[in-house]
This record gives sequence, C-alpha cells and structure tokens, in this order.
Amino acid sequence: MQIQPILAALRRHRLATLLITLQIALACAVLSNASFLISQRISRMHAPSGVDNAQLAEVSVEGFAPDQASNVNARMLAMLRGTAGVSSAALINAVPFGDPAANAGIKLDPSEQGTHGVMHFYVGGPGAFQALGLKVVEGRAPQAGDYQPVADFTPKQAPVVITRALATSLWPQGHPLGKSIWIGSRRFRVIGVVKGLIRPAPFTSSNRPAQGSIFVPGQPGPQLVGRYLIRVATGQMDSVLERVRKAVRQMGPQVVLDEAQTASVESLHSSYFQTDRSMVALLLGVVAALLLVTALGMVGLASFWVSQRTRQIGVRRALGATQGAILRYFQTENLLIVSAGIALGVVMAFALNVLLMQYYEVPRLPLGYLPVGALALWLLGQLAVLSPALRASRVPPVVATRSV
Amino acid sequence: MFAYYLDLAMRSLRRHKILTGLMVLAIALGIGASMTTLTVMHVLSGDPLPGKSATLYYPQLDPRDSQDVRPGQEPPAQVSWMDGMNLLKAGRADRQALMTGGAVPIQPPDASIDPFFEDARFTTREFFAMFHVPFLYGHAWSREDDSNDARLVVLSRRINDKLFGGADSTGKMLRTGGKEFRIVGVIDDWRPTPHFYDLMTGGYADSEGVYLPLLTATDLKFPTNGSRDCWGNGANIDAKTALCTWLQFWVELDTPAKAAAYKQFLLNYSRHQKSLGVYQREPNVRLRNVMQWLDHNHVVPSDVHLQFWLAMGFLVVCLVNTVGLMLAKFLRRAGELGVRRALGASRRSLFAQLLVEAGAVGLVGGLGGLLLSLLGLWVVRMQPSDYAALAHLDLSMLLATFALAIGATMVAGLLPAWRACLVPPALQLKSQ
Repeated sequence: MQIQPILAALRRHRLATLLITLQIALACAVLSNASFLISQRISRMHAPSGVDNAQLAEVSVEGFAPDQASNVNARMLAMLRGTAGVSSAALINAVPFGDPAANAGIKLDPSEQGTHGVMHFYVGGPGAFQALGLKVVEGRAPQAGDYQPVADFTPKQAPVVITRALATSLWPQGHPLGKSIWIGSRRFRVIGVVKGLIRPAPFTSSNRPAQGSIFVPGQPGPQLVGRYLIRVATGQMDSVLERVRKAVRQMGPQVVLDEAQTASVESLHSSYFQTDRSMVALLLGVVAALLLVTALGMVGLASFWVSQRTRQIGVRRALGATQGAILRYFQTENLLIVSAGIALGVVMAFALNVLLMQYYEVPRLPLGYLPVGALALWLLGQLAVLSPALRASRVPPVVATRSV
Repeated sequence: MFAYYLDLAMRSLRRHKILTGLMVLAIALGIGASMTTLTVMHVLSGDPLPGKSATLYYPQLDPRDSQDVRPGQEPPAQVSWMDGMNLLKAGRADRQALMTGGAVPIQPPDASIDPFFEDARFTTREFFAMFHVPFLYGHAWSREDDSNDARLVVLSRRINDKLFGGADSTGKMLRTGGKEFRIVGVIDDWRPTPHFYDLMTGGYADSEGVYLPLLTATDLKFPTNGSRDCWGNGANIDAKTALCTWLQFWVELDTPAKAAAYKQFLLNYSRHQKSLGVYQREPNVRLRNVMQWLDHNHVVPSDVHLQFWLAMGFLVVCLVNTVGLMLAKFLRRAGELGVRRALGASRRSLFAQLLVEAGAVGLVGGLGGLLLSLLGLWVVRMQPSDYAALAHLDLSMLLATFALAIGATMVAGLLPAWRACLVPPALQLKSQ
C-alpha cells in the first residue's frame, strides 16, 4: 500500500482533514480522562473495608436522657444478644461507611507543629473488636483490662490498634508496637496492627487516608452509648433488622431508632457510594455518546469523500486496481487520520489532566490509559469507514467512461 | 430574502437527509448534555434569598490558642458560645441571630404515629424576620422568650401536616425529648437553596422541621448537628464554656457603611478580648455576605463542576463534528452555489444563505437538545442526592438552550460557509 497518494489526496482537503483530526484528538483527550475517572471511582467502590460487610450491621438509637445511658446500654445489648440470628453485639461509636464519630488530627509528638493527617477513632466496647472480625497481623487484640471510660470522644489515654497501612505511613522503618500517637494531650499507645479497617467516610479528602483508622477500646457509659454493632448469621440480615426495629419500638418513647443509621454495613456502603455510582453512569454515557458522535462524523466525511471521488475510483478500477485495493485505500486513509488525531490527542489528554488536577482532587493520568483510548479510536475508525469504503470498492470501472 | 433563504435551506436539508440527521443528532446530544449540567449548576449556584442576601453577613472571629498559627490563616467557620452570646447581646447590627442545627425526637400526640427524629434549628428569634421566613399560622416567639428558657416551638408546614393534618396547631402542645413545648407558629414551605445559614449540616439540605429557642434547647442538652472544632484541651467540657466553635451567627446590615462599621466593631471586640487575655491571637476577622460565604465554601459540589466541564468538552467535540459535516455538505453543493454566483448573487448573500441553513440545523438540534435535557434532568431528579429534587429547567435556561444551540451551530457554520463562498463560479459551471 502506498501512502504517498493518500497524503496527496488529503492535502487537497486540508480543512476537512484538519477538522476530523481535531475531533478525534478531542475525543481521545476526553475519552482517556473519562475512563481514568471511571476506573478511579470503581476502584474506590471496591476498596476492601477490612470487615465482613454483609454480616455486620449498625443499630443506632437516640432520644434518651444522658443519665439513662447505662440503663439503655444494658437493655439494648440484652435485646440484641437475645435476638435470633445475632451472633454477637457490642457498643461502637461508628461503623465503616456510616456516620463518622471521631475524626482528629494526630501527632507523633505533642510538641510537633502540624499533624500527620486526620484519622478516625473507632471507639468500641468489649466484644466490638471481635465482632468486627479484624485480622491481627502484629501485636495483640485489646484485652479485658484495656477498656477505659470514654471522656468526650475517646478515653484520655488508651492502648490502640491501628491498620497496617497507617502503621507503614507513620513509621516507614517498621516496629510500630509500643509507639505513641497523640491528639493534644491524649496519648494512645499502639499494641497491635490489623490487616485493614476502612474509615467511616473514606475518600473525602487527601489528608484523610481511607485506611486511617484507629481502634480504641472504651468502656460503655454516658459517652459511649446508643450505637451498637451486631454480627448476623449469613442470609438473615433483613429479618434480624426487622426484629430489632420492632423490639426498639416496644422499648418505649424514650428510645427512638435512628432509621438512617440502622442498617447493614453492606447497605451503608451502597448508599455511601451512590453519587459515585451515578457519576460512573454519567461518565459512561458521555463516553458512549462521544464515541457515537465521533463515529458518525467519520462515517459522514468518508461517505462524502467516496461520493466526491466516484469518478477517480472508477478510473483506478479501469486501470486495474482491485476492489481490495480501493477498500484498503480508504481504510489506510482513515488509519492515518485517526493516528494523527491520537498523536495530538495524547498531548491534549495530558493538558486536560493537568487542568483537572489543578481544580479537583484528581491524580496524574497513568500512561496505561493512552493505548486503551488509542486502540478504541483505531477500532472505531476502521468500523466507521468500513461501510463507505465497501461502497467505494463496488464502484464499477465503467464509471470512468461516463462524463457526469 | 430571509424567507427565500429559509426555503432554500429546507430544500437542501431535505435533500441530504442522512447528513442533516447526523448534524442534528450531534447538536442535540451536545446541547442536551451541556444544558442538563448547566441547569444543575445554575440551580445549585443560585441566590438563596434574592434581593436580601447582599445585606446578610456572616461574622467570623479567631478565638483559637497560639498553636499552629500560620500567616493569612482563615478564622474558624463558626463561633464559640461565648463569642456568639457577646455579639448577640451587643446587638450592633440591624438584626442578628445565633443558631445551631440539632435533632430532636418527636413523640407524637397521636399514638398511631411512631416516635421519629426530626432535624431542628435551635436559634434566637430574629432568624425568622432576618431570613424572610413566611408564617402560615402564628408568629415567632418574643424577645423575652429568647432568654427565659421558654418551652416554645415553631413547626414547619411539613411537620404540621404530619402531626396535625395541616390544621392551625398554634397553642397546642408538642412532646419532644420528653418535654412539653407550646406551638407558637407554623411556617409555610421555605427552602433556601443552598442551605446557606448552616453549610455544616449539608449544603443543599432541606430546611429543618422544628425550630426551638437556642437557650431552651441547649439548657435541655438536646443533641446538636453539624461540626464542632475545638482547640487546646477544650473538648471535654460543657459546650457553653468549651474552647470550641459550633454555632452560626448571622447579622443583617442594610448599608455598606454599616457593614464597614460592623467589621471595625469585630476588630475592636477581638482586640478587647486579647487585652483581657481571652484571645491569644492577633485580631483575625472576616465579614462575608451570603454569596461571598457560599463562594468561599465552594458549596457547589466538585462533581457537578466536573460534569459541567465534561459536558462542555463533549459539546465542543459535537460542534467540531458539525463543522466537518457542514463543510462536506456545503462543498458538495459547490455546483449550485456556482450557478447562483454566476447569476449575480454576491458572496455576502451566499454566506447569509448558508448561515440561515446552519441556523435551521441549530434550531432543530436545539429542539432535540431540549428534549434530551428534559430527559437528563429527569434522570438527575431520580438520584438520591440532596439537590436532586431541585433540578428543573426554568424559563431563562429554556431560552439559553435555544440561544446556545442556534448560536453554536451558526458559529460552527461560519468556516464552512466562508470556504464554500470562495468557490470560483466559472470552474463549477465548466465541470457541469
């Protein structure tokens, strides 16, 4: 296949060629950035929570007077533990994907200026750590003597368990056990490291790492009351929650169920990522519409060129060109145009990404997305040009002999 | 002349149905996507209280300790109980209100309705007058009730409908948090968008269902909603004496001169607090009006911005596509244009004729785009986000749709029309 004659023909249609190249370049830029955003959102939705989403649920009640705390805790725990299908119940201040309870900036030294990011403190009563089903990879789980009274939002000082990701980022050289984390004058000593535990509202800002969770054992009391974690046997979640709702209603007007926060971790996860899901759907829609419009543009232009060059095609056929040669001519022409568009589009994709990074929390576009976008456009171009090119290849040589 | 051009345009558009269809489709898709996102952005970045918002200001003070001081640092986004009460009592503005969000359990008089939680606003009385809250029945509580722990409550229309079937409930009692409150007023439907007076409880949250005097609610220790920022060892004590900011304070200042004087007052107040040793930092105050405050907080979700720019990018691709197709279409008619030139039509009139044709494509594309954006907005309304229900097309956006569609298509037509006008008539006549 000779490229020279194709280039010569394109040179005669400089403006049209330029426009279609520009369109492909724009499509390439939007396409690669959009697919990057899509995959980023999807990977967030699938980030491991560190717990068993389908088997855990939060039950939240409010409305009672503060001096009723121990009474409410005792009645609620007894009720939950007595509910068929519940294998364990414990107090906790928050669960993954629910409402956050205690975010605080941490320091490794109380005299330090600035913080090491804002972490979430999960304060759990006896049994909460076990109910969460966290996997200890270093050190130990909290023991009976570790549960201390909660002052406002955490105990004044306490042994804590942190996630492996947090341990690595705070102490890259290792040995996190025995080290201290500070919030103001509150000191937390690390006694264990777990494989993972996602914070309640992950991915909200860059100084709040998704795995920035700290588990603090705390004693149930006036400051740790009203929110319970239950572990439910497989497949019984809905019926258990229904039974719990009914039981809370019977506990009297002083205890009111917080409907929104009484749900399985799985459904909390699903509502937490609702906006991300609709954003993904929207991005997919835009990508599809973009590909469609680009394909239609290429079809339109190729059809126009084919009908404009009918006579020339006839002449080539009369001079001995095969149908395949005509087909390949238009396919190669499309390949050249799309390739030029992609070359320009790669530059524009990075420019767009830099622009996005400036205004939104979007990371740098990985190089891997470019070949994907390029391949998609090449394929699309070949598909779009196929029908006009086939029509061109069927132009009979006799056309050359007709004058109009 | 215009009618003749329009007739020519219609003939030409009908002749090349596929090409015309492709152009209309591209314009419709681009306009539909961009108008959907533009409407959402327009609704979300609107003025919550038109005509009023420029006179409402949000004072900020900096009572934090001297840890982590950075130059040019923004003061906390809310005020502490002590500062809020001081500013309220000083009463230097035309109107002022100190408030916080909360949640109260409602124990309905009618036993057939289960107890439920409702978002509440704990505020001082001028909230209602300052924000132009319309009353359906009754009125706000009196000035004295702000300071004497009065057990009074104002309900929203929604809650009144739910509990009393929409009847005038003023004078009746409502049991909440285990205490009896007398209903003094019911407000009509009122939903300022954005929820400017307290962005911490959600930028587009619905307005609250229950309004209680601030002092009453805080003395009863009803749980508050929103955020609380503390410093030093402030967290673990009574919220009223704590070193924490958790309340919103709004003032109404009718003239810019009053606003300038109020800002000076805030500076003097901060200096005085520092001389007393209460404040540790140099005076650091802000006084923004509603729109400046919304702007400063980037209240429009960044996803909405992102969607808007994405749709704009898509529109540009669609337009470039249309330029290409229109070029193909106009050049294909070089023969016809050559004949018109040879018969005496000027380049200018050919140009006008082609632009009318482009405008016609834009009009039809705009219609398609309008249908697509109505569909798009319907999809947006199906979403569970706070602002979903607000996504409606208003008249200005409707007109903008057509202006954008026709304008963009005519701009897209400029280049192909100019190129087609350059065709030398003789050459075209010869080749026929």
